[in-house]
Order: sequence, then structure tokens, then C-alpha cells
Amino acid sequence: MNSKNVLYILKRIGLALLTVWVVITVTFFVMHAVPGGPFLGEKAISASAIKALETKYGMDKPLMTQYFTYLKDIVTRFDFGPSIKQRGRMVIDVIGDGMKTSAKLGLVAAFVALIIGVVLGAIAALRRNRIIDKVIMVLTTAFVSMPSFIMGALLLIVFVVKLRWFPGNGATSGGLVLPIITLSLYPMAYITRLTRSSMLDVLGQDYIRTARAKGVSKWKIIFGHAMKNSLIPVITYFGPMIAYIVTGSIVVEQIFAVPGIGRAFVQCIINRDYPMIMGTTIILAILIVVMNMVSDILYKVVDPRIKFD
Amino acid sequence: MKKNPFSLQVKLDDFIPASADEKAYMVQMRPSTTFFRDGVKRLVKNKVALVSFIIIVVITLSAILIPIFWPYGYEQMLGVTPGRPVDSSYNNLAPMHYGRTEQAKIDAGEKVFPHLFGTDSSGRDYFIRIVYGTRISLAVGFFASIIVLMIGILVGSVAGYIGGKVDLIIMRIVDIIYSLPDMLMVILLAAVLRQTLTPLIAGTVLEKIGSNIISLFIVFGLLYWVSMSRLIRGQILSLREQEYVLAAQATGAKSGWIIRKHLIPNCISVVIISTALQIPNAIFTESYLSFLGLGVNAPMPSLGSLASDALNGISSYPFRLVIPAIVISLIVLSLNLFGDGLRDAFDPKLNA
Repeated sequence: MNSKNVLYILKRIGLALLTVWVVITVTFFVMHAVPGGPFLGEKAISASAIKALETKYGMDKPLMTQYFTYLKDIVTRFDFGPSIKQRGRMVIDVIGDGMKTSAKLGLVAAFVALIIGVVLGAIAALRRNRIIDKVIMVLTTAFVSMPSFIMGALLLIVFVVKLRWFPGNGATSGGLVLPIITLSLYPMAYITRLTRSSMLDVLGQDYIRTARAKGVSKWKIIFGHAMKNSLIPVITYFGPMIAYIVTGSIVVEQIFAVPGIGRAFVQCIINRDYPMIMGTTIILAILIVVMNMVSDILYKVVDPRIKFD
Repeated sequence: MKKNPFSLQVKLDDFIPASADEKAYMVQMRPSTTFFRDGVKRLVKNKVALVSFIIIVVITLSAILIPIFWPYGYEQMLGVTPGRPVDSSYNNLAPMHYGRTEQAKIDAGEKVFPHLFGTDSSGRDYFIRIVYGTRISLAVGFFASIIVLMIGILVGSVAGYIGGKVDLIIMRIVDIIYSLPDMLMVILLAAVLRQTLTPLIAGTVLEKIGSNIISLFIVFGLLYWVSMSRLIRGQILSLREQEYVLAAQATGAKSGWIIRKHLIPNCISVVIISTALQIPNAIFTESYLSFLGLGVNAPMPSLGSLASDALNGISSYPFRLVIPAIVISLIVLSLNLFGDGLRDAFDPKLNA
């Protein structure tokens, strides 16, 4: 690894840290700019009760003091404070609970999307302009332009309401199958198209012709020579894929009643549980920013031809 | 006669007037075409793009024209007549069925306009709600893209023209906004702005549009201009340095001519194409937010909120979800395909 690589990685980490800081700051000030505050709810509370609550949650202090306390707690202890609506629970615990289910859902969806996408893309590239290529391209075009909530709802109609193959509740066993399919279809379609075009590009290169000319078997060319290089562009999609799965899971968990972090996020928006909204936004944002950073760095490190800027 | 290469001897044959045949040979067979006409010709040849364009036009026209003559309104609850108890026979009608009083009219020989897609749980004609939802979704997509375009052009051209420190600072800000997780920020801002804006716009014209749509526009204006401004800055930077611009300057072209004849035609197609591709993106975001309950204000429908409402009665009335799902997918798909076609036809760099 040369110094240019190290410099690039440091720069990229710096940008990621800066982005996370911007997210925290924006989230904090945006949430505190809402008129009324979190305690103005359905029930009328007396002014003294509000005052007591504000003292309890440290909201009577000046805004900047609150901001620095919040920032310090996150950096030093990864602590997002207590939840307002779920009494006696810390934000990080609530998120951790939801994260267990969501991580399972998201990771399996990403894995499925990656495997099937690469295989379908390779098949489409190797059978270019044949029937199977055209079928794959038409299907992936359709999947790419269908919003995840529409896809999820349609799957719900067909497999839960009509066929009754799966339970409609994501908390039960087998309930995660449909959410996983819903979440993985879009990235799968995208990866298929990405792999197909980069595979076609690689198959036209000189070194493939050389390999063929010296008599390397077809499969060895595909898996030994072509596959490795055609997967490089797929790496760049890691970050956006995680972002898609995170935001997609917010609605998909809603549709299939999966007790994950996305569902909790929608619930806390409805309940106006401000520390929860802030905590969830920041943690999900950190996840996305870090994944983007990792895929950017990997991309540049894996392919020595790519110039550093 | 041997020709001396250095002699000034001329071949007189070269100076004979051209014959009719030779003249005919030089006549231009095809009138010269403009860049725009050329692009349109390529676009029309592209069957996929053409069909997508026709679908978009049909959907847009029906979204605009159908409400004019349709006898039902999108918020009109058919079972509710002032001074009478609510007639629940109008709620949840199946397609092409009629409510009790309408059935009585039909039995008496009168004609009643059919409910093509039935009614929803509040007894509102579902077809007209779909039409209005399409109208809202299209309008939101269109205006959001215009907002993005304007801010992008402003910031991008400032960064490109002034350059130096201003450019550096603007581009760093762009980098950071670009790496923000956009959907999360959109949800956050939409959730917050909705509450902040509602008291602010009460009583003004804006109230009719609804705080949610306005906050959606603000969110788009805040977050989505970055890629457009990057694009425009890049265009300006690279076009300024092109050799044909230098050549035009060398042959004495005035800067007005260069801007009109070289810079705008080369830049505009890229900008239009990315605006066209921005529209489905905006429609997508709007429906996503509406689905989460952060989109349009009730009773105004949008395709996303219609789909979201339909989730409640999904086992009994699945078609109520299927219809907005089909419409939204059709719009997004054909806009994407048309945008791709536009790019193939009008991006001069791709033809080279």
C-alpha cells in the first residue's frame, strides 16, 4: 500500500466523520426547532409538570449546552439519552432490540441480492441477445422501477392473502421470508444489470482473447479471468445497497409487521418521541455513511487502475 | 509532355465550366438538419422511448382532463347527503356496483354514471381518487424537479464561473450533502417541517397545497440540488476549455454567439435529460413519504397514500392496492425509459 492510498483512505475517513457530525448537528437542531416541544401531547399537562419534565431531561439548560452534552455522550459513551415515550428505557436499548431483527433481515436480503444478482448478470452476459438475456433484462427493468412498498404490498396480496403460503406477521417463524424477498429484489435487479454490463465489457478485452487463444477452458475463463474483474463495479454498489435496504426496511417492516428498527422509527415519528427519532436517524445514518466509505475505499484499493483524486 | 513539378503550367481542363451532370452531382440531396430535428428523428426511431412517451402523455392528459367531466369529486362522500343519515350502502362498493339510492334510480329507468373502480371505505368514488392521486404525484414530481433544476443551475454556474475559493467551498458543501443519507434526512425534515409549517401557512394560498407537499418541496430544494449543480459545474468547466470554443474565438466570434451556438446547445441536452430522470425519482420519494403518512394532507389523495390506505383492507379489497401500484410503476417505468431514450437521442457526446 503506497502513501497515496493511505492519504486517500484518511481523506475518505475524514469526510465520513464530518458527514456523521453534520447529521448529528442537523438532527439535533432540527428536532429542537419544532414548536411545542415533545411534552405537548394529547393530554394537557400543567406548566409546572412540563417544567419538572424539562428539568428531568435536561431541557431547561441553554440549547448550546444541551447540544454539547448530547454530542459528548454520543462520542464518549455512544449514549443517546432516555426515550421519552417508553418510560425507563434508553434509546440505545430500544434501537438494539430492533436492530437484532433488522440486521438479520437486511444482511440476508443483501446476501441474496448479491448472489442471485451476480449469477443472473453473468448468465445474461454470456447469453447476450438470446431469449434468457432478454427475459432477465425485462424483469430487472420492471423490478428497478417498482417502489419497495408497492412490491411488498403486491407480494402480501399474492402470498399471504390469496395463497396463504406465509404468515402476514413478521414476528412469527417464516414471517421474514417475504420481507427478505421484497428488500432484495431491487438491489438484485440492479446488481444483475451492473454485472451484465461490466461482464460484457470484460469479455471484450484483449486478455480474454489471449486466454481463449492459448486454449484455456471456457469455464476457467469465466470464473478465473472474467468474473474477478467484472465484480469490481459491483463493489461500488455496496454502499448504496445498504442505504436502500435501510430505508426500504422502514416501509417493508411496516407492511409485514416485522418488529425491527424501521417499524420503531415510524412509531417514534408518530409518537413524537424526539430522543428516539434523533437516535435512530443518527445510528442509521452512521451505518449508511460507514458502508459508503468502506465501499469507496475497497473500490479504489482493489483496482489499481483507478486514479486517486 | 512531361510535367515539371516546379513549372507554373496549368491544366486548362480544370477551368472548363461544369456540365449539367456535374452540377447535378453537387446539388445537396438532403436539406441540412438542425441538432434538435436530428435528435427528434432519433427519438422517434426508438420504439421503447416513443411508447413510453405516449403512455406519459396519455396518463398526464387523463389526469388533467378527466376531473373536468367526471360527475364525482375526489372528496365527495357519496353516502352523505346533508340533513339525512349517512347511507352506508355507498361504502366499499365493488367495481361497477351502485349504492342504494342509485340502484333505485336505475330501476326507475334513469342513467347513473358507473363507479368504475367502486368506492373506498368512506364512500368516495375510487376512480376519481386514482386520477387525482396521479395528478398530485405528477405535479409533485414535475415541480420538485424544476426546483432542483433552478437551484442546481444557480449554484453550479456560480461555482463553475467564479472558480477558486468559492468553487472549493461550494464543492465541499456539495460533497457533504451528497454523502448524507438522503432518505433518512427526507423523513426527518418532512416529519419536522410538517409541524412547523402548519401554523405558519394557515390562512394563505399555500394552505390549499398543504404543509406536507410544501415541506416535500423544501426538502427537495435542500437536498437534491447537489447532483444537478455538480453536473452543471462540470459542464461549464469542460465546455469553457473545449477546442471548438477556442477555434470560434480565434475566428472572431463574439461571446454572445459562442454562448448561443456552442455552450447552450451542448449543455442544455444534458440538463434536460437529468431533469427528466429526476421526475420519477421525485414521484418515488413522494409516494414513499405518503406511504409513511408524511406525504399529502388528507383528504387529498396521492398514489402513495392511496396504496397506504389500501393496506388496511387488503384481504377484502386487494384491487385498491393493485391499481395505484400499477399506475405508479407505469409512470416511473415509462419516465425512466423515456429519459433513457432522450439521453440516447440528444446527448451529443454519446454519438461521437
